[in-house]
Order: sequence, then structure tokens, then C-alpha cells
Amino acid sequence: MNPFTLLARLVDEAPRRALVLLAVLVAVLLVAPVALDRYLLSVFFLIFWFATVGQAWNVMMGLCGQLSLGHALYVGLGGYVGAVLWVKFGISPAIAIVPAVLVAMAFGAAIGWLGFRFGIEGVYFALLTIAFAEVTRIGFDNWSYVGGAAGFFIPVTAGGGSAINLRGGPLLFYYVALALMVAAFVICAALRRSRLGHAWLAVREDPEAARALGINVFRAKMAAVIVSSAMTAVAGVVYAFYQSNLFPSQSFDIARSIEMILAPIIGGLGTLFGPILGAFILTPLGQTLIALVEKIAGRAIPGVNLVFYGAALMVMIWFAPNGIWPWLKKKLGIPEERS
Amino acid sequence: MLWSLYGNVLVQGVLTGLVYGLMALGLSVIFGVVRVVNFAHGEFAVVAMYAAFVLFRSFGLDPFLSMLPIAAAFFVIGYGLQRTLINPFVSRPEHEQFILLVGLAIIMVNGTLMIFGPDARSANLPYSFDSWEIGPIILDKVRVYAAIAALAVAALLFAFFRFTSTGVAIRACADNLVGAAVVGLNVKQLYALTFGLGLACVGAAGALMVTLTDATPMIAPAFTLLAFTIVIIGGMGSMAGAIVGGLLIGIAEAMASVVIAPSMKTMVSFGLLVLVLALRPQGLLGRRA
Repeated sequence: MNPFTLLARLVDEAPRRALVLLAVLVAVLLVAPVALDRYLLSVFFLIFWFATVGQAWNVMMGLCGQLSLGHALYVGLGGYVGAVLWVKFGISPAIAIVPAVLVAMAFGAAIGWLGFRFGIEGVYFALLTIAFAEVTRIGFDNWSYVGGAAGFFIPVTAGGGSAINLRGGPLLFYYVALALMVAAFVICAALRRSRLGHAWLAVREDPEAARALGINVFRAKMAAVIVSSAMTAVAGVVYAFYQSNLFPSQSFDIARSIEMILAPIIGGLGTLFGPILGAFILTPLGQTLIALVEKIAGRAIPGVNLVFYGAALMVMIWFAPNGIWPWLKKKLGIPEERS
Repeated sequence: MLWSLYGNVLVQGVLTGLVYGLMALGLSVIFGVVRVVNFAHGEFAVVAMYAAFVLFRSFGLDPFLSMLPIAAAFFVIGYGLQRTLINPFVSRPEHEQFILLVGLAIIMVNGTLMIFGPDARSANLPYSFDSWEIGPIILDKVRVYAAIAALAVAALLFAFFRFTSTGVAIRACADNLVGAAVVGLNVKQLYALTFGLGLACVGAAGALMVTLTDATPMIAPAFTLLAFTIVIIGGMGSMAGAIVGGLLIGIAEAMASVVIAPSMKTMVSFGLLVLVLALRPQGLLGRRA
């Protein structure tokens, strides 16, 4: 199927109101930078970025029901591969995306194989993903070629400030991250309607019944982890170039893994709009809170925004375990998706 | 010379491992009965460490004494927590339980960070550097005390589950929930007791831990992982497994930091974890589900 027929089919099958909403949103976001200063651009970058990785994580948890708590692993791997290839070999990140994705996919496949082959499920699988992220962090901490614990830096001037090499200001990253978010949405929408997507949903709902239907459960789960890790790695490359520095203690940190999964949970697990909605709600709230506390206390108090995130998580899961999007969808009069 | 080094490392690993084991025991008991994984376990350990630290600094209360009030307070907290927050989630999907407790964990670790700051705090006991020498083996006083205290608490808990009627009732809940409810056991009450006991373990372990290592908020997720790793290696829900797993991890970490490098010790315990998950997913002493 060529991409255009795919796109046409997506447009045909998606609820009309949701599409209108989406088109308006994208149009507004395309012209929004006119009115945004540097700080707001960076906030929007974070929103788009978290929506993207949230979408990627949602493939595993939301669609296939496999809880990963180590997604920072793929962000870190993608970032390191992209950064090292650029700084040490002068390979543009536009090309380095490919090896970055391949490396992340290989790690994802290894974790998936180990987990799914031996029937490790639920919290056990979650722990396995954390363990892999931690082991990789320690590995990078001790790997002097990539700077070890002292970090790896991307020089701001290397090779000039060309956009194709992801060297530029907040405006460039605004559009790159927006493109990522839209791409992730389109990919997930297409996957959801594909044969594979239906297999994932079946596995999520009832693995035994899925097996009885002739679905290869192992293969479906493997596909989910590989797709998810690949998408996350792309976002990881962009994030590394945005930050221009990489530290193992941050890149592979469990705190980042958890930050990544907040948006889809708050927005709505397994939904396409959930990760986007969640990111649009959480990131500005967190940033506002940081700024507010800094103003009131006169200095930055680390951890304030995270306390808020923690409380938000608990309140959400208590009152609305399905997230905000299913509720909002009803309010907006958007019919249930046919799946 | 080399053998005495290994001997010392082994002894140190065993002593630390017993404290690890007590911490993991709390997690294992809660999971074995309530079937909820306490993802805030390490955070509770860190809060207990700070409690012991504050009691020591402000009142000069030795952590080996303050572990008793701390454990008692943690029991009450655990009981209340299960009654109010966690009980409604017992029958909810696993990931919802997880998110609830991760939320709690995030609040706890960052709350500690806001109150105490990121600096490492240590309780310098007057006898911190005392030790006994038995031949080539050097025994740190605090380590020996901590290990004995951990063993005592664990033994108490074993005795409680073995010999008291409440303990037997809790085990009945773990073995057959429906059966327990049918014969008229107050499952909610017993669950709350269990969560309280689990937190009392981690409270005591945290107080002991402050004598062995510095307290910092950021160590909390590592402790959660450590306890989780130990419990999976020993066998989810197996009480003896938690102690055995703690010993194993304690020894493995101590050995790894000498033989390979101190920074690599976590890698070794995760390596053990992956090995156990692949070869014996139910854990060393666990029953097949």
C-alpha cells in the first residue's frame, strides 16, 4: 500500500470531529512560533517531544499491554549513537538516525526475547526493562570512549549551524519536534488499524484467546517492543542534539523513564490522542510550577514539579484510570473508534 | 593474604546482605499476601533512614534503639495506607496499582529532597570505626550489630506467622483468598496488618541501613530495585527466599566491588537477576505459580 492510499484510508476511517480538531491544532501550531519567545518555544519543544515518546511507549503498553519502565534506555541509546557518529565521524544525524534506530531495536529485541520467550510478564517484565536500562547506564558510565560518567558533549559550532545536522536554535527544534509528534501520531494511527494493531489489542485483552485465534503472541509482542524502541530512538537523537550534552546518569535514569510514561497515562492509555493531550497538560503545568516556585521562594527548589507529577498520577489513577481523553471525547461528541 | 581479603569481603557481604534481606522481606510479605508490589519500598527505606538520622542528630538516639519506634510508626503508616489508599486497588489491574505506588514514591523521594536537600547525610556513631579481629577476619561492630538486629526482626516475623493465630490467618489469606473469606476471616483487616508488618520491616531495615551507608534521597529508587531484585531472585512471596536472596546479593555485590570495580556491583546483581529470570522465573525458593 502506498503512503497516500494509507493516509486516505486513515482520513476515511477516523471520526470527522477528531480530524477537524487535529487539523486545527496542527495549523495553529504551524504558525504559533510567530507569537512565541525563546522560552515558550522550548516549552513547546518539550510538549511535542513528550507527546512523541509517549506515543511510542503507548504502542507497547497501551496497544499491546506490555509495561516497560525502561524506555529511557532507547532515548539514551539513540542519543548516544547519533551524537557519537556526528562528533567523532562527522556523520549527519539525518543519516545517523538509521544506526541509532537499529541499535535501539536490537536492545529492544533482546529485552523482548528474554522477557517474552521465558514468559516473564507484568511487574517482572517491567523490572527486566528497568534492569536493562540500569545495566546500560553503568556500562556507559564506565565507557571512556563516550566520555564515561563525565558526559559527552556536542560542540555547538561543529560543521556549522545547518538544519539538516540538527544544529540550530529553538525554532528549528520546535518544528522538528512538531514533525516528530505528527509522524508518531500518523504511524500509530496506521498501526492501530493494521492487522498487527488488531493482534496487539487482542494480546492486550486476552493473550490466551489471542493464541486460540491463531495469533502468534510472541511475535506480536516482539513487534510491539521493536516498533516502540525504534520510535523512541528517533526522539532520542533529536533530544541529544537539542540538549547538546549526554550524561549516562540522566540519559538512562529511571526518573526519565517514568517522566516519559506520564503523558499517555494521564491522557489515556491506548488512545491516539492521549499522549498528546497528556503532554499538553502536564508539561506546561510542570514548567509553570517550576517558575512559580522560583519566584515565590527566590530560588529553584529541585523536586517541586515532580512532587506535583506524583500527586497528579495518584489523583488520576484514583478517579480516572482510563485517562482524560476518553472523558473529553465523550464531551466533544466524538464517537467511539471502530477497532 | 588474598584469601584473608576474600574472607573479609565475604563476611562483610553476609552482614550487609542480612540487612538487605530484611528490607526485601517487607516487600515479599506484602506481595505474598496482598498481591500488590510496593513500588515505593525503597522510598520508605530512605524515609526511615532520615527518621533515624534526625532522631540521632536531635536526641542522640542510637539507630539500633530508634529502629523500634520507627518500625512501630511505619507499622501504623502501613496499616493506614492499606486501609485507605491501597485497598481499593487490590482488585484493579496491575499497572494501575503500579502507577498509584509510583506516584507515592515520586512524592516521597522528592519531598525528602525538598526537606533535606540532595546532600548525603550520615549518622556518625561513636563506635562507627570499632571492630573485632578474629584471626585474619575483621568484623565491623556496626555491621555485626545491624546484622544481628535484622536477623532478630526477621525471626520475630517468622515466629509471628508460624505461631500466632493472626499470623496463621494471614497465611490463609495468602494461600486461598476465597476460602479465607468463607471461613469468616476479616480479609481487609488482615491485609492492612500485613502491609503494616511489611512497612515495619522496611522501617527497621532503613534505620539499620543508616549505620552502614549515607542517606540521600536519590538512593531510593536504587533501594526499590534492590529489594525487588532480591525478592525475585529469592522467590516472590517466599519469606526465607527474601533472606537468602539478600545474602546472595550482599555477597555478590561485595565480591564484585573488590574483584571487578565498586561501580560495577549493581551490574552483577542485575546479571544474577537476568539469570534467575531466564532459568528459574519463580525464584530460588519460590513455588511455581
